[in-house]
Amino acid sequence: MPLTIGVPRETFAGEKRVAAAPEVVEKLIKLGFSVRIESGAGDAANFSDSSFVAVGASIAANAAELYAGSELIFKVRAPSADEVAAMRPGTTLISFIWPAQNPELMKQMAERRLTVLAMDSVPRISRAQKMDALSSMANIAGYRAVIEAAHHFGRFFTGQITAAGKVPPAKVFVIGAGVAGLAALGAAVGLGAIVRANDTRPEVGDQVKSMGAEFVPVDYQEEGTGVGGYAKVMSEGFQKAQRDVFAKQAKDVDIIITTALIPGKPAPKLITAEMVRSMRPGSVIVDLAAEQGGNCELTVPGEVVVREGVTIIGYTDLPSRLSKQASTLYATNLLRLTEELCKTKDGLINVNFEDEAIRGATVIKEGEITWPPPAPRLSAAPPQAKPAAAAPVTPKKSSHGHGGGGEPMSAKTLTIMFAVAAALFWLIGAYAPASFLGHFTVFVLACFIGYMVVWNVTPSLHTPLMSVTNAISSIIAVGAIVQVAPPLAESAADRPNTLILGLAVSALALTAINMFGGFAVTRRMLAMFRK
Amino acid sequence: MSENIATVAYLGAAILFIMSLGGLSNPETSRRGNFYGMVGMTIAVLATVFGPRVDLVIGLPWIIGALAVGAAVGLYAARKVQMTQMPELVALMHSLVGLAACFVGFASYVDTSVIYTGAEKTIHEIEIYIGILIGAVTFSGSVIAFGKLSGKIGGKPTLLPGRHWLNLLALLIVIWFGGQFVAASDTSAGMVPLAIMTAIALLFGIHMVMAIGGADMPVVVSMLNSYSGWAAAATGFMLSNDLLIVTGALVGSSGAILSYIMCRAMNRNFISVIAGGFGTGGGAAPAAAGDQPAGEVIAVSATETAEMLRSAKSVVIIPGYGMAVAQAQHTVYEITKLLREKGVNVRFAIHPVAGRMPGHMNVLLAEAKVPYDIVLEMDEINDDFPDTDVSIVIGANDIVNPAAEDDPTSPIAGMPVLQVWKSKTSIVMKRSMASGYAGVDNPLFFKENNRMLFGDAKKMLDEVFVALKG
Repeated sequence: MPLTIGVPRETFAGEKRVAAAPEVVEKLIKLGFSVRIESGAGDAANFSDSSFVAVGASIAANAAELYAGSELIFKVRAPSADEVAAMRPGTTLISFIWPAQNPELMKQMAERRLTVLAMDSVPRISRAQKMDALSSMANIAGYRAVIEAAHHFGRFFTGQITAAGKVPPAKVFVIGAGVAGLAALGAAVGLGAIVRANDTRPEVGDQVKSMGAEFVPVDYQEEGTGVGGYAKVMSEGFQKAQRDVFAKQAKDVDIIITTALIPGKPAPKLITAEMVRSMRPGSVIVDLAAEQGGNCELTVPGEVVVREGVTIIGYTDLPSRLSKQASTLYATNLLRLTEELCKTKDGLINVNFEDEAIRGATVIKEGEITWPPPAPRLSAAPPQAKPAAAAPVTPKKSSHGHGGGGEPMSAKTLTIMFAVAAALFWLIGAYAPASFLGHFTVFVLACFIGYMVVWNVTPSLHTPLMSVTNAISSIIAVGAIVQVAPPLAESAADRPNTLILGLAVSALALTAINMFGGFAVTRRMLAMFRK
Repeated sequence: MSENIATVAYLGAAILFIMSLGGLSNPETSRRGNFYGMVGMTIAVLATVFGPRVDLVIGLPWIIGALAVGAAVGLYAARKVQMTQMPELVALMHSLVGLAACFVGFASYVDTSVIYTGAEKTIHEIEIYIGILIGAVTFSGSVIAFGKLSGKIGGKPTLLPGRHWLNLLALLIVIWFGGQFVAASDTSAGMVPLAIMTAIALLFGIHMVMAIGGADMPVVVSMLNSYSGWAAAATGFMLSNDLLIVTGALVGSSGAILSYIMCRAMNRNFISVIAGGFGTGGGAAPAAAGDQPAGEVIAVSATETAEMLRSAKSVVIIPGYGMAVAQAQHTVYEITKLLREKGVNVRFAIHPVAGRMPGHMNVLLAEAKVPYDIVLEMDEINDDFPDTDVSIVIGANDIVNPAAEDDPTSPIAGMPVLQVWKSKTSIVMKRSMASGYAGVDNPLFFKENNRMLFGDAKKMLDEVFVALKG
């Protein structure tokens, strides 16, 4: 029987988002689910009850009725103790959870025998990008940060020359070029400001430039990329160099937007009181890391304060302030996750632990805590292969090959293959002379090495692979060379030297074409591959 | 240089070759990979020339001369070749390896400087026989593949009546003469079966590749790549040279894997590709599917295309062989650059069998300086089409054919395709309404959200570019 998805009203103070949008509900119903919305759930996000009814959802009068009649609950904020108590045992909950910060809640939900998928635990792999709610929320936060800054900033962003005088453009400095940082860059550039950005991960420099901003590097050699493309804690020497850069920028810019977060750690204090003091009066700092303690020493989480003439915005609910957009994107992330859960499109879900994305997101399965998940399978590419994002939420490409050759073979095929191989080997072992066996061993092992190595080749390099293997196959030249003029024994007096010389020299010349041409053309091709 | 030193040098060269292939796992390391290959080859050649098997006084001038001539020709070709001609060049080079393997095989047969007896003699002769067989097939097959790829021979499959029986017959004859050859008492008696076999192998290679259609060329090119490796390995057995065996096996398995990947990308099995002849007898009549796709084809102009691109947020470009033929990759990149400067998210979607050899499109786009991180594989981008505003298909047909998914009776049913029809609008650039190599009608053209831009890809894209700039 198809499941009912229940979407309650968010009870967290000030939360305006809702985990559904009419256009998403429509698609959920197409997947076979029925959808129930608590009355008034979408009001704060400008989705009326009637807009949900219009696409086929039903309305539950209150939360109790909703929880009683739903097998699958979509939420934004992690549930309160009361909400967990209202859910029926066996319910599946999909929501932000933050399991590391909420051990009590995890225990309570496990006791209630829920299955819980945490949107914040969706692994950062290419395939799961479409359900990465952290990215979509960060994107909104970045945009809103610029809007808030513009609101508190007493001047235009764009430079203008008017009849009433010249207006210089605002200068914006963004710290941390993650999803939120890039979104902020995009928004600030769009408003016409001069925008600069800094990040500890040097490879994001290109992404910053692609957004039309200037990258301000820290002149200190250290690799800042941690696991999964996040930043990591930097050394003391680097931090000092970084502070110097920030201090210099603080004197020059009008607006600083900080987005620096390190997973599982308090936010690094990057903007000191001293730097705030050095800023021009009327400047604005937006601290997107306020919830984790803030990147600025003077940030008050959740509030706007004025210190030393500088407005410091520490809102922790920026996505909620763009509630309609945030709800739509979040609901779409939920839809994508639901699609993965419901591959059969029959309104039933399957929490399939073989699926890496679902495994990562599932923090409780049928009352058992399954968090943290095992380490993700590493892609063959080194972390440097992270691509430049052309837009804030461009899907990332991990340049792995075709994997280990697809699914494992069935046991039957495998048995047959082993049997055939065994028979062949026995035949060869029984009849071939020892010298042949030596070469044969080498041959078979080399085939396997080739097999292993070539599976790792990225598909985009298949043409260079062919031309380089082609060049390498001119190793046949070695065979030709030994025939050109071997030291002759007495017994070989009747050797047709001229004929062999002719054949060998022609073969050598042919392979030489291949050898030099092949390597040269491969080199030419590879030189063209660039980021 | 002693025998032992030469052996160790060979070992080093073999390791360098393995590292060379390993380097290609990533564009960052690939340049070094190629360099390892060159070093390995240099070591191998030097170790052989100064090794115990070469009489330097007589041999050195010949060796240097042959290498110099070959190097001049090879380097010239590598400099001159255009990236669109890469498939031809690679095919041609395979043929050289095949021919060289034949020469070495014949030379080894008439060579009396090493004497074998008993089972060793038999095995040595079988090795020669097989080496020449593979070499000859590689040679003639590659020459035909070259002809087809460069357009000197028509792309359509040429099918002889009863071709499977012909092939089987050829195989039996080859085996029978193999017996004769091994039984032959002396070199001149063995020469006759050897020559006949070589002729049959040459014909077999021609026949095999002639029967394969243009769209299946990626499989053929990678298969010939594989053969050239096996030819080298067979030569290694013949000359008891482990380096040749290792290297040949590396190249051989590499080509085999590529063939497998290409076949999987077309959802066809290897045997049926090799057996040749896709879909139809002569390639002229469309497959017997009764229902023609219904609907109207909506043509647009270059200006309208530019208009659509300008208002798009997300664009995916799907290049095919048509882009290579029209040499349009540079214009494509100009447009990409312009759109990216305007903040449009432009990406490329590459089908594994787009073009005429594996990775063909990637090389062309790289030549036009398209950054490789916006060039995505089919699996990476297929899910994104619903969020794409405009997809542009440039000179591709079968790889974007929805019939592969919707119509189980279609000859290409089950082949994985790029789902361009799921994007908000798709634009197909094509010269005419003709069907692709598979001879299958493409219902995509008749979809409501599809537009057709008829004309030469290069010319049309130039117009789009001008309109975009204006």
